[in-house]
Amino acid sequence: MFMPSVVFIALLVGIPFVLAVLYAFSDARIGGTSFHFVGFENFRSILHSPSFRKALQNSIVFTLCAQAIVIVCSNILAIALEKPFRGRGFVRFLILLPWVAPVSLGTIGWKWILDSIYSVITWVLVALHVYKPYSAPMWLGEPHLAMASVVLVHCWRLIPFSTVIMLAGRSAIPREIPEAAAIDGAGFWRTLFQINIPMMTPILSVAVLFGIIFTFTDMTVVYILTAGGPFDSTQTLPSLAFATGIAGSDLAAGAAISLFLVPVLVAVAYLMLRVAHRAEVV
Amino acid sequence: MSARGAARRGAARAMHVFVLVFFTGLLAFPFFWMVIAAFKQNIDLYTVENNPFKFNLPPTLDHIRLLFGETRFVRWLGNTALVGAIVVAITLLLAVPAAYSLTRLTGRWGERLGIGIFLTYLIPPTLLFIPMSRVVAILGLQDTIWSVVLVYPTMTIPFSIWLLMGFFKSIPKELEDAAMVDGLTRFGAFLKLVVPISVSGILTVVIFSFTLVTQEFVYALTFISPESNQMVGVGIPIFLVRGDVYFWGSLMAACLVASLPIAVLYNLFLDRFIAGFTVGSIK
Repeated sequence: MFMPSVVFIALLVGIPFVLAVLYAFSDARIGGTSFHFVGFENFRSILHSPSFRKALQNSIVFTLCAQAIVIVCSNILAIALEKPFRGRGFVRFLILLPWVAPVSLGTIGWKWILDSIYSVITWVLVALHVYKPYSAPMWLGEPHLAMASVVLVHCWRLIPFSTVIMLAGRSAIPREIPEAAAIDGAGFWRTLFQINIPMMTPILSVAVLFGIIFTFTDMTVVYILTAGGPFDSTQTLPSLAFATGIAGSDLAAGAAISLFLVPVLVAVAYLMLRVAHRAEVV
Repeated sequence: MSARGAARRGAARAMHVFVLVFFTGLLAFPFFWMVIAAFKQNIDLYTVENNPFKFNLPPTLDHIRLLFGETRFVRWLGNTALVGAIVVAITLLLAVPAAYSLTRLTGRWGERLGIGIFLTYLIPPTLLFIPMSRVVAILGLQDTIWSVVLVYPTMTIPFSIWLLMGFFKSIPKELEDAAMVDGLTRFGAFLKLVVPISVSGILTVVIFSFTLVTQEFVYALTFISPESNQMVGVGIPIFLVRGDVYFWGSLMAACLVASLPIAVLYNLFLDRFIAGFTVGSIK
């Protein structure tokens, strides 16, 4: 009875994956009929291209920065949300909005907030006399600010997800342990670092591993917010693969760029299994 | 109670409130900002000197009218609902029997195969979209909603099987054995006994699959180019922009209309999704 599912997935994931590898070693183009194997030619030219190096570097930087910020913020937020208070359900709904609303639509909201002329952030800064009118920077128009904006939107989207996972992790800690620690005189920080965080390690790693996948392989945020610009400064591996393989019709090079995601995916899958194994489900 | 203790408690409470207000404000702000923009007149929206936090001119319904009257927005909503319904049906048809048989498989193989299937959920669209676009073209599905109908179940089925396995595992096998002794076939026992008990699990799968259809962007962007065949998540950010002109008011209204119902639904089933995500790393 599980065969139909297995066959469906094997066909529609397996065949494209094999094709991706074949393309990466070929000279396939959209609209072209030629198909020759060219060995490592695509990889050689990709590794020499500055935009690829920038994209690889960006993917890593975006992922690491976003994860670091998300872990800290979601931990703080999970602690604040743990005890019941009036209106907690509604607050939880508001906090979850960035995660449950479609990514592309939330990102368009940020594009309006970060608009070059009508940005609300610019207005506030001008009102506070930080900048003179019309002299504020364009948030998405300058490389470093654009990179910071992409990281910001990733954090904004992942904090809710990470927070609910942390909440689940905290609620799984038996009450008696932190209570006993409090009686023994452990303060807030000591309980946090010596009891809560160590006991939450498996679930914390689940949150981090999913977070890495969601950020490293994401193209939507970059594509909508900056389209990789200005001057490729926010291009990531997936967005470069799209720009090259689909928009630029060079299937072979695009497929080769996508394949650079594989090592990260394999590593994450391996770690995920380790976590599950330690929790004795496998 | 010492004065110092009281002061400390007060500080802790102030900190608590500050953290909640700060994060809620930050996370919900883009949606608040959408509401403001959706009802503002254009002159108000595009005057740099105006205070953007208040309505300097009376609110208007023009953007909503434009959105529903002069764009393909309603069509996109319809496309998305149709694709969502078909993908949900395909997912249930394939994932429910698969999850059931995997949980009832003797030995450890069911569990292992289940985890293997779950891991395919980690494969992102950005890895496969280039060859997938060729597969879709060869099948003649390019530029139609059927392209995404074909591909989305590869993303919904793995996670759904995983979620459902968790539900089916909690049903004692003896219950089915008893039903089979009473003359039901295994399939009959499954249909009349297991499915009704697992309604909430099946509902979770329905919501999960439907929201995934509304949230996906990469495949829909790659496969479908005509404006009238778009899914809502691609149509809004790509086709409500003409050249370099962004129709911000209508854009923001569209984002709100399309995301709020999904957000409410997802919120209701959140705890179950989280149980699936945590891969059994909490007991």
